[in-house]
Amino acid sequence: MECVKQLDLAKLTVRNVNDFLHNQLSGIQHSNGFERIEILNPNGMHSIAVGLDAPVDVDIFGHAGYFIAGMNKQANVVVHGNVGWSVAENIMSGSVYVKGHASECVGASAQGGLVVVEGDASSRCGISLKGGEIVIGGSVGHCAAFMAQAGTIVVCGDAGAYLGDSLYEATIYVRGKIHSLGSDAQEKEMQDQDFAKVAGLLLAANMDFDSKNFQRVVSARTLYHWNADEYQQY
Amino acid sequence: MTSQIHCEESAVFNQHAIAYIHRAAEYGVYEIRGMGAKRAVPTFDDLVFLTASVSRYPLEGYREKCESKTVLGTRFAKSPIELEMPITIAGMSFGALSANAKEAIGRAASEMGTSTTTGDGGMTPEERQSSKMLVYQCLPSRYGFNPDDVRQCEAIEIVIGQGAKPGGGGMLLSQKVSARVADMRTLPEGIDQRSACRHPDWVGPDDLKIKIEELREITDWKIPVYVKMGATRVFDDVKLAVKAGADVVVIDGLQAGTAATQQVFIEHAGIPTLAALRLAVAALEDLNVFGDVQLVISGGIRTGADVAKALALGADAVSIGQATLIALGCNSQTYRHDGQDVDVTGDYAKLGTSPGYCHHCHTGQCPVGITTQDAALETRLTPEVGANWLKNYLQVLNLELTTLARACGKSNVHHLEREDLVALTIEAAAMAKVPLAGTDWIPGWSGTEL
Repeated sequence: MECVKQLDLAKLTVRNVNDFLHNQLSGIQHSNGFERIEILNPNGMHSIAVGLDAPVDVDIFGHAGYFIAGMNKQANVVVHGNVGWSVAENIMSGSVYVKGHASECVGASAQGGLVVVEGDASSRCGISLKGGEIVIGGSVGHCAAFMAQAGTIVVCGDAGAYLGDSLYEATIYVRGKIHSLGSDAQEKEMQDQDFAKVAGLLLAANMDFDSKNFQRVVSARTLYHWNADEYQQY
Repeated sequence: MTSQIHCEESAVFNQHAIAYIHRAAEYGVYEIRGMGAKRAVPTFDDLVFLTASVSRYPLEGYREKCESKTVLGTRFAKSPIELEMPITIAGMSFGALSANAKEAIGRAASEMGTSTTTGDGGMTPEERQSSKMLVYQCLPSRYGFNPDDVRQCEAIEIVIGQGAKPGGGGMLLSQKVSARVADMRTLPEGIDQRSACRHPDWVGPDDLKIKIEELREITDWKIPVYVKMGATRVFDDVKLAVKAGADVVVIDGLQAGTAATQQVFIEHAGIPTLAALRLAVAALEDLNVFGDVQLVISGGIRTGADVAKALALGADAVSIGQATLIALGCNSQTYRHDGQDVDVTGDYAKLGTSPGYCHHCHTGQCPVGITTQDAALETRLTPEVGANWLKNYLQVLNLELTTLARACGKSNVHHLEREDLVALTIEAAAMAKVPLAGTDWIPGWSGTEL
């Protein structure tokens, strides 16, 4: 039988909740067998469930603010609502699943793990990505994957302006319309491994789209070195 | 009438300007270099102490102790940083510096009871192991930034800007992006790395407040959070950092150094450290948090006198970067190998420079093995030798600091005050808000504002 611990933010502070998740979780897991944490009444509060480092499921019921599940390791966090800026920033492993929409900077600097947003994500989704994987069910705003270094972003809707600006080795897959590409980003033909990669991520994100309908964006690598002839602006 | 060559140099198109234009015309890219501003600006040298006489009496050097202990991060952190001296080591990355240099710095700082700081590129095991107190920088690039290191540092420093390039991002040219550096930063090996100048997950002071709270939540409010900024609109920026919840504010003045930045940034952005310090103190006083939020000043600090003057003007501590490297042998004619000094003037010449003038950190060809990732060059600085030199230097700084404090009649270096100083120039008097020597005149300030 599943053991559930409820933490109600109408009665507790974010600090109380994070303290429990950091310092009391593993003991309870071992001694009392808790497997899932439910966080109630987030009401737009910030920094809920940040810095987790335990294999635990966390459900947040309601809309939440900035930096939800930031720097996550191991835990699987589900937000049953919308989130503010920088959900799952710098995530290392585990997963963060947003059932609603997300504001800016989804998965910023994510180094590992999986970040899923069922709805839309605002601008700079996957900025500075460093190896994490991001799946957006809807569309993304401008400058998605800005300076993304490694990892994958799958966008099932449209992508806003300047997609993949100053991209390094991350790969972007977009199903819908790309408003415009950023500096040094280029479209490349999908290969067999790309179809497989997208299909695998869609399956992990529980999204029912055909990988055959995606296009791939990668770096043209023209900004990797100073080049006076290119008039590089930085 | 004899023929003569007329050699009157233009004040506008002087040799410096001509060389600049010729270089720009030749290469089509701006100059990138290391170290800090070379232009002359008002500095702590333009202030002197009014040490004790009849109106004040000094402390005896041998018998009366002068305390230099310094505590940073008392505002919100459960575990503030406790230092033996008000002199900390500034953030310099592994990548910009060799692993040996980082280890030498950690060893010396630990031995002298002070802190050292990571840099743009993450924390190396050598650095963590050798540093008793390590400040972990959270930079716009977030290279190598991870929660494990967040949890094993003694403080976090959110870097918004540097004095050498306020408003600009980091640079590391291809020669220094070695396999190890690239791996730590998740970058392709050998690229010219150009870092972001804005943080990826927040923008503006309201967001900064939330970001600081996130880092506090991740660390269970145990460790201090510093905010470091380049010195530009210091009064406003310090107030915003305090409002955002910083435990410690670090202000990096115009003379601060870098391993690689556009020359135009180094020489033409930001205000001198002297002026920045006074504005930062004014901001803390304006918010009535002077003493509650600690202030660290950096940018061109070289001597114990500089440290003493910074403390007298209101800093809680200083941070040293370029001076640290010079103590390790930067710009020295020789490096030390098995107890022998080996001349490397020829290696400086290959870079087009000579000892005492080198600013070629960006090339990765540091003749004394400090700012390099070249395996052969790196061996020119052994951690033991470098650590000993830096330890000695830190010791001298603190001895000079306490000497001046005693002479001012202070039993604690933090008791030094603005009233102990006068200025030798009108500019320094106006910037530091202390009287011109021999007068009661502070240019730009009326008597009621004192």
